Amino acid sequence: MGTSFGRGGATTFQQDLQNADCIVIQGSNMAECHPVGFQWVMEAKARGATVIHVDPRFTRTSALADIHVPLRAGTDIAFLGGIVNYVLQHDKYFRDYVVEYTNAPTIITDEFRDTEDLDGVFSGLDPDNRKYDFHTWQYEGMEAIQAASGERDQEYEDRSEEEKGEEERSGTGQGGDPGSSASSAGRGHSHGSGGPDIGTGIPETDPTLEHPRCVFQIVKRHYSRYTPEMVEEVCGVPRDLFLRVCRELTENSGRDRTSAFVYAVGWTQHSVGVQYIRTAAVLQLLLGNIGRPGGGILALRGHASIQGSTDIPTLYNLLPGYIPMPHAHTNEDLDAFVSAEGTDKGYWADMRAYTVSLLKAWWGGAATEENDYCFDYLPRLTGDHSHYEFVMAQMDGMCKGYFLAGENPAVGSANGKMQRLGMANLDWLVVRDFSLIESATFWKDGPEIETGELRTEDIGTEVFFFPAAAHTEKNGSFTNTQRMLQWHHMAVEPEGAARSDLWFYFHLGRLIRRKLAGSTDAMDRPVLDLTWDYPTEGGIEEPSADAVLAEINGWDADGQPLSSYEQLNGDGSTACGCWIYCGVYTDGVNQAARRKPAREQNWVANEWGWAWPANRRILYNRASADPDGKPWSDRKALVWWDEEKALWQGHDIPDFASSKSPHYRPPVGARGAEALAGVDPFVMQADGKGWLFVPAGLTDGPLPTHYEPQDSPFRNLLYTQQRNPVRQVFSRKENRYHPHAGEPGWDVFPYVITTYRLTEHHTAGGMTRWLPYLSELQPEFFCEVSPELASERGLEHLGWATIVTARSAVEARVLVTERMTPLRVQGRTVHQIGLPYHWGTSGYSVGDAANELSSFVLDPNVHIQEVKAFSGDIRPGRRPRGPALPALVEEYQRRAGITAQTGMEV
Amino acid sequence: MSPELLDVAFLETQTPAAASGYGEAPPRMGFFTDTSVCIGCKACEVACKEWNHVPEDGLVFTGMSYDNTGGLGADSWRHVAFVEQRKPLGFQESGVEHDGVGETTELRWLMASDVCKHCTHAACLDVCPTGSLFRTEFGTVVVQEDICNGCGYCIPACPYGVIDQRKGDGRAWKCTLCYDRISVGMEPACAKACPTDSIQFGELEELRRRADRRLEQLHAAGIADARLYGRDPDDGVGGDGAFFLLLDEPEVYGLPPDPVVTTRDLPSMYRHVAAAAAVLLAGAVASFVRRRP
Repeated sequence: MGTSFGRGGATTFQQDLQNADCIVIQGSNMAECHPVGFQWVMEAKARGATVIHVDPRFTRTSALADIHVPLRAGTDIAFLGGIVNYVLQHDKYFRDYVVEYTNAPTIITDEFRDTEDLDGVFSGLDPDNRKYDFHTWQYEGMEAIQAASGERDQEYEDRSEEEKGEEERSGTGQGGDPGSSASSAGRGHSHGSGGPDIGTGIPETDPTLEHPRCVFQIVKRHYSRYTPEMVEEVCGVPRDLFLRVCRELTENSGRDRTSAFVYAVGWTQHSVGVQYIRTAAVLQLLLGNIGRPGGGILALRGHASIQGSTDIPTLYNLLPGYIPMPHAHTNEDLDAFVSAEGTDKGYWADMRAYTVSLLKAWWGGAATEENDYCFDYLPRLTGDHSHYEFVMAQMDGMCKGYFLAGENPAVGSANGKMQRLGMANLDWLVVRDFSLIESATFWKDGPEIETGELRTEDIGTEVFFFPAAAHTEKNGSFTNTQRMLQWHHMAVEPEGAARSDLWFYFHLGRLIRRKLAGSTDAMDRPVLDLTWDYPTEGGIEEPSADAVLAEINGWDADGQPLSSYEQLNGDGSTACGCWIYCGVYTDGVNQAARRKPAREQNWVANEWGWAWPANRRILYNRASADPDGKPWSDRKALVWWDEEKALWQGHDIPDFASSKSPHYRPPVGARGAEALAGVDPFVMQADGKGWLFVPAGLTDGPLPTHYEPQDSPFRNLLYTQQRNPVRQVFSRKENRYHPHAGEPGWDVFPYVITTYRLTEHHTAGGMTRWLPYLSELQPEFFCEVSPELASERGLEHLGWATIVTARSAVEARVLVTERMTPLRVQGRTVHQIGLPYHWGTSGYSVGDAANELSSFVLDPNVHIQEVKAFSGDIRPGRRPRGPALPALVEEYQRRAGITAQTGMEV
Repeated sequence: MSPELLDVAFLETQTPAAASGYGEAPPRMGFFTDTSVCIGCKACEVACKEWNHVPEDGLVFTGMSYDNTGGLGADSWRHVAFVEQRKPLGFQESGVEHDGVGETTELRWLMASDVCKHCTHAACLDVCPTGSLFRTEFGTVVVQEDICNGCGYCIPACPYGVIDQRKGDGRAWKCTLCYDRISVGMEPACAKACPTDSIQFGELEELRRRADRRLEQLHAAGIADARLYGRDPDDGVGGDGAFFLLLDEPEVYGLPPDPVVTTRDLPSMYRHVAAAAAVLLAGAVASFVRRRP
């Protein structure tokens, strides 16, 4: 979403779903996984909206939807691309919106070659290094374009060389090391809130949308083969049902009506996951549904504060507020960093102010202009240090220590065996959780102990377990799925040794600083110079979360709280721990703790909690008004231009400069926010437009394209190119892939497997499987199969089944249900197997972990695993015990002819 | 025997609370469970257990769709039933296809949260010899755990099979409609936790009006088999304090189709007993009379 709109967060909020005329829930099982938010879907339905659920399984969400569309897991781009094609072929797009607010009229360089020309790949593919050079995807007439979100390093090389005359980059590893390529440095999340540099010049456009190289025509050609017939063959969705969805969606979009999309990790967790979401972005832009009430794309996050954990990141490649983590380029200083990562136009042009204010918040008085505000104190990236990369580094003995906080990779991450083998090869492991989760006890009761692949006495990892406090036992904020911060108050002090994360890291820092005190080693300065002086409260010396929030909000030179990131300066006079959160402590008041009841304010409820950016609830809401600033329709009014007051007004806070007239046009040479016109609603994008076509910022192409999952029992019908050519694959003996359809041995794994959550449990189970009240509601690991599959494989309801992939085999109780439906795909019947992934060997409710079956294969933009669609086999009965288990897996590998090369082709 | 049972005609013009002797009683409170918006999240089951300290009920994988609770009992005061059916839900498109005939199979997944009905004529209360079961001022029926002696009479008396003895404890347990919460103006835990307002708590009269409106809506939306259950004050239990909107026959959800208060016939039985006793007595007297010379 960052590359399409400029910010990585949900464009709308859950309560606004009530205003939708049609809601498409796809890649999400909202009723089960977000039951509280689902009330707004029910509200919309009560008001007459059509609710469509597109999902391989008929779930509790489908039960309440008007239309359930079962599709083959892993084919959503084909399905959504089919709708894009329908919209374009039948002229159902919102033309005024598309021409004014998207990059549809922009002309792309004549070097660009589409998948239409190259049979499934784009121009710029470097097959040897499995990466794209995106220079041919640029706007015509521009020198360079930089994405708001995503991959930027390639461009860094260009610009740094140009500006600084440097040719060498060092410290990024050696040739052949996957860590050395810029594209692996994990910039996919960067600029979740930032704007692109559009280079110099003015992009050429054709407002008639007729130019053969304009984005509109390229998109139209790109999706022309995504016909209803193709959708039927690829997805297994009958034509009539598909066309009904197209009609519902288009009839409920336009000037007077809006439709919303809702997704979750059902879209994310694929080897083309980012492009799934991009397809929805293309569609919603064409239909004119972004920035308007009842429209938008709602990204549902899985954890209570997962949005917060990217805003103030626990990610290796980001600093707070989506400022990218500096790369270990030689001699890189603040100026070089800002010039390479910042932009000329849009709000990202002020990146220096955001970065310097961050450095001032962290290092206070030690950060001065002379020392570049301690910019050198920041760690540097040397490559891809994402989860799966460092697990392999653990296995290889490179990574020696590991903190796990609220994370149970032995159950929740792909390929559980590799997760455990990594942890078994550490010097130390710190686990902070409520209970002794599998990741804390794998050394004595993990599956490898049972099979004899590991012996407890051989494992040298020293495991430290620290009990964690629950949210009711600490103060703090959650940033929820709609970018809204809500404060929670400590109800009771945590019991025994349980402590909050804030307590743990604060006191850990104090201990380290005490040990380093007096050190003259320059290496220790970054730790010793930190402003690490939060006041503590109570008998347990809990650091004041309020003080941390005040620092995140920031203050001016006099120590007065700031109220907006527009006040931030790059001269060291302001400090701010996260620029997008600036304003959450306006007037010294914790705005996140506001709880004004709904009945005392309008439906947008801006006085409940606080949302970034600047407490706006619907992003890009300038687009809710026409180019002249009038609402597209009364029914869908949100913000509008008040000519008399010369101000933007409305129900929500305008996501636009409040006094910028719709008729404003930037003077030549303008920069920053000044360079955006009065008709540029996507204020974080350098051209102010929503991007149908992404000229830079994505590692795997400017337009979403259907590729089959890594392990798929079907050929890619759309192109010769079977899989995402730049997906990340890893050939290791614990991580074997399946042959794809057509290769010998593919039919050893003929079924499609998808993994998911149930309402009754939470992710890897650390918060639920130890609780009797939840365990009794879903007491055992089960697989969901159709009666047809049960009969084909002799599976008995309530009996046991063994599910096998090239990685491992697990056993599950069998739940035969007509909610699982066989599909007709490419002329044959395919069965899908549903596996909830909550269980593991420990806890009150135990069972095999579905993630024993999945593999390391990653989306190249955000390095997320593909666990929502892979192939496998199922057979009746329990799995073998002990060494017989790996023997069974090896037998399957032999039968399928699997080698180290299987599935590794580009 | 409670006074309400003796004078049914009196009760028809009185709330159960008033009939039970409350002078100034608040309005009768109850639940309306609209199963058409239930999403089967089971938050009601968990919230109930958390608030009322109801123990875990055993880890049993039943295979009955997503229902691993099975039914109401001493250790489950809310129970969400899951029913997978080959029937259409109004105009819903299920998308699934079985039987290999190339046509969509009708399929719907009904979910419904069951609870104690808090009957107008509550047999459990009638038969309770200790006074442990009593009628609250809100018209609800509550067991007092410190009085219950575990005699178990109430268990066969309940026409819905709701109230139950706890193993190892012996006492009878069931939903209290969160008497402690509603006494201080809060809504019951299950209703509070319900994200879609499938469980609605409020004044029974208002709930009945709401239910009638909702039923009309659903009928208009083509869901012809929607019906209210326990709403009718003229049914065999005098109407339920906790009533339901169902999408199929009650039996589908495991509910009795025509529940009747099991103590309904007690007065006439007593009258017959009295008559029989009188006849016997008369006979006995007569026999003595005859012996007189």
